[in-house]
Amino acid sequence: MNLLTSLIAVLILTLLAAGIAFSATLSFLLTAVLPYAAFTVFIVGFIYRVVQWAKAPVPFRITTTCGQEKSLPWIRTNPLENPSGLWGVIGRMALEIFLFRSLFRNTKMDILQKRPVYGSAKWLWFFGLLFHWSLLIIVLRHLRFFIEPIAPWVNGLSAVDGFFEIGIPTLYLSDAAILTGLSFLFLRRVVVPQVRYISLFTDYFSLLLILGVVSTGLLMRHFFPADLLQVKNLALGWVTFSPVVPKGIGTVFYIHLCFVFVLMAWFPMSKLMHMAGVFLNPTRNLANDNRMRRHLNPWNTPVKVHTYEEYENEFREKMKLAGLPVEKE
Amino acid sequence: MSFAKIPKPDDLIAIRYEPPETPWMDTPVVFRPGTWSYSGTAKSLTALGLPNPRSWQPPDDDWKLPENWKEIILEGMRERLEKYRSFKLFMDVCVRCGACADKCHFYIGSGDPRNMPVLRAELLRSVYRRYFTKSGKLFGRLAGARDLTVDVLKEWFYYFYQCTECRRCSAFCPFGIDQAEITMMGRELLNLVGCNINWVTEPAANCFRTGNHLGIQPGGIKDMLEFMADDIEDRTGVRVDVPINKKGAEILFVTPSGDYFADPGTYTCMGYLMLFHEIGLNYTFSTYASEGGNFGLFSSHEMVKRLNAKIYAEAKRLGVKWILGGECGHMWRVIQQYMDTMNGPADFLEEPVSPLTGTRFENARSTKMVHIVEFTADLIRNGKLKLDPSRNDGIRVTFHDSCNPARAMGLFEEPRYIINHACNHFYEMAEDTIREKTLCCGGGAGLGNDENMEMRMRGGMPRAMAVKQVKEKHGVNRLACICAIDRATLTSLMDYWVPGVTVSGVHELLANALVMTGEKERTTDLRGEPLEGKTVDETL
Repeated sequence: MNLLTSLIAVLILTLLAAGIAFSATLSFLLTAVLPYAAFTVFIVGFIYRVVQWAKAPVPFRITTTCGQEKSLPWIRTNPLENPSGLWGVIGRMALEIFLFRSLFRNTKMDILQKRPVYGSAKWLWFFGLLFHWSLLIIVLRHLRFFIEPIAPWVNGLSAVDGFFEIGIPTLYLSDAAILTGLSFLFLRRVVVPQVRYISLFTDYFSLLLILGVVSTGLLMRHFFPADLLQVKNLALGWVTFSPVVPKGIGTVFYIHLCFVFVLMAWFPMSKLMHMAGVFLNPTRNLANDNRMRRHLNPWNTPVKVHTYEEYENEFREKMKLAGLPVEKE
Repeated sequence: MSFAKIPKPDDLIAIRYEPPETPWMDTPVVFRPGTWSYSGTAKSLTALGLPNPRSWQPPDDDWKLPENWKEIILEGMRERLEKYRSFKLFMDVCVRCGACADKCHFYIGSGDPRNMPVLRAELLRSVYRRYFTKSGKLFGRLAGARDLTVDVLKEWFYYFYQCTECRRCSAFCPFGIDQAEITMMGRELLNLVGCNINWVTEPAANCFRTGNHLGIQPGGIKDMLEFMADDIEDRTGVRVDVPINKKGAEILFVTPSGDYFADPGTYTCMGYLMLFHEIGLNYTFSTYASEGGNFGLFSSHEMVKRLNAKIYAEAKRLGVKWILGGECGHMWRVIQQYMDTMNGPADFLEEPVSPLTGTRFENARSTKMVHIVEFTADLIRNGKLKLDPSRNDGIRVTFHDSCNPARAMGLFEEPRYIINHACNHFYEMAEDTIREKTLCCGGGAGLGNDENMEMRMRGGMPRAMAVKQVKEKHGVNRLACICAIDRATLTSLMDYWVPGVTVSGVHELLANALVMTGEKERTTDLRGEPLEGKTVDETL
């Protein structure tokens, strides 16, 4: 059901975008107004969400420890899995963000001969990493449209990415990788019954949207070449706040743009915000140094306790009888 | 009341992992006997001043909720979203990748999709979306949102009391989302309308009044400890002191009350007494702070603080220098991650230094509380103990990392170091079932009651099967742990899944091996089991 709805939503988007290409007014809207609108929603929304999270305090230091703690000097600690200081935290977060450390731990449980067995299951980690890294590279490669002269590192990145020079124009490795990664993530969601059972509209839609962006991009590069000069002029127009409506740039490009803008607007209000959220999680970004340094809770509310005096008042006679010392005879 | 019959192990292990035909939001919850816990009694709730004390049970149609229960829950949610970044973040960032699903021992043991951590969290997230996000308000079900109804509340109750807050999922989640935190919030919300379980509220009420979960009064504590001293004398010929409420002692010793109440915890407690006697430690037990455990952790943050306050207060009253804590799981989560923040600063105490070795426990310099395995490992390392591991030769031991010392502290090497010096036959369980990947006993977080037995056996199955494997491979007959709840729940778990394996604390093993000054020749271990014929005895 959720899958079907998201497929329909993406289809409608495609048709809408294709329709836009035939109307001058709508084309203007898409190429001159929507970029700013989408970008604004993205930036403002992104910041808003992060501020909302950041505003909530972290009352307790609830690190999840995945390695030996720092205790006695002769016991080998594991600063990356159980950091006791800032550098360890930075290392742990870096591993988490760049290499998906926790996902790398993933196992798959099967009942074999009436017993659970935990097999290694690095596929999700592998394809997840493949997808996210290639997405980053692709986004960075696109900077060549927005900068003139193109920064050497962007060209360098593109050169490395197209290193194997397969086909003309060269197939970018990141393009192949992202398509593979996305397909895996999508198929996994559809095929594995448990994952399908937990999937919401947003899960399918986000994947399909990105898949839409990627496939239209690939189509333009390899099958329906867009006029790159026009694209660059358009992009530079945006950056210099003088957008020009391009001519004869092709329907596929319009669909591509449309997907990108929807993605940008969708981003801050969806689960895609995990991109920012991953940095804020107190189970990962805090050192496990609770017994060394006191963590402060800004709202440490007073509570009703049962004092020793109240306790002794109730049990004084019994305590005396048992020969236990008391404060008041 | 009679308890539901538990299926035979062979039937229980036939688990279906295929999700049902109907979406989870449309699948009603059935309160099947054996899978839920009795409600908190009016008496316990009243004793703690908790809302809505009444007589009810989970399978009842009418839960006798307050008129405005929905407002109370939603207001409670709003408040907690503002007070806890963790809660707000965990409501927002999950991508439903499902990596957590088969990491939960309750999911592995039941196949119920709502026991996948991701769905357990969605139970709460769906309501969060409906009332606290725009997309949820506008698009409802399409945005994964749903109304808060009595049935939803019942579903929360069923599943938040089928989570032992073990945090295994949190170790595997790419964002570190901690289901324990979500369960804690869910239980706090349920508590606001008086929906709690008696195995949590009664111990909490007892603890508040008498100082310990079991409600043992001062004289009772003294009797129990003296009784242990008698047993120790019988086994070793050495009479140990039992200092209680002693002002001016150097160290306050706090341990879970389970350790002085029932086997096999008592043997661990005897182990502490023997160790402290042998090294001549100037310490004291307390009857007021006679509980290290904290069942507040299984109801609300407020209750954690209320029950925990006694430890520092008593340390101050008795004028000790620092505090030593016994073997316990959730107790140490509280001490490590909450105590100092809630009830500190403990500036009236001194930075802990071992009086025997001079070792400064720098890792506890603020909280001023040292874990006994850290303390003992340091003693062994500095050659302060004379150990004869051959006395444990009849025991082939494996070690269960208790959830909280594992994933809220990272206490992995110390207990192993002690076991390796106290025993000659130590075998690790499979790598995916120990250390940070350790599997829960199935009865933590207040679920270790008898009416919930089927769910406990299901939840504990993955742990039990890992034990079974080392039993078959290495003849393991003893499961060691550093948790009082484990000592109680793993015992039933072993009887059900792996008969022939007994459970003990690490300090019981240590005390078996401990050569004491002036002792007679030992013929039995602490349990009174004969030492002779130092070979494996499967029927031990």
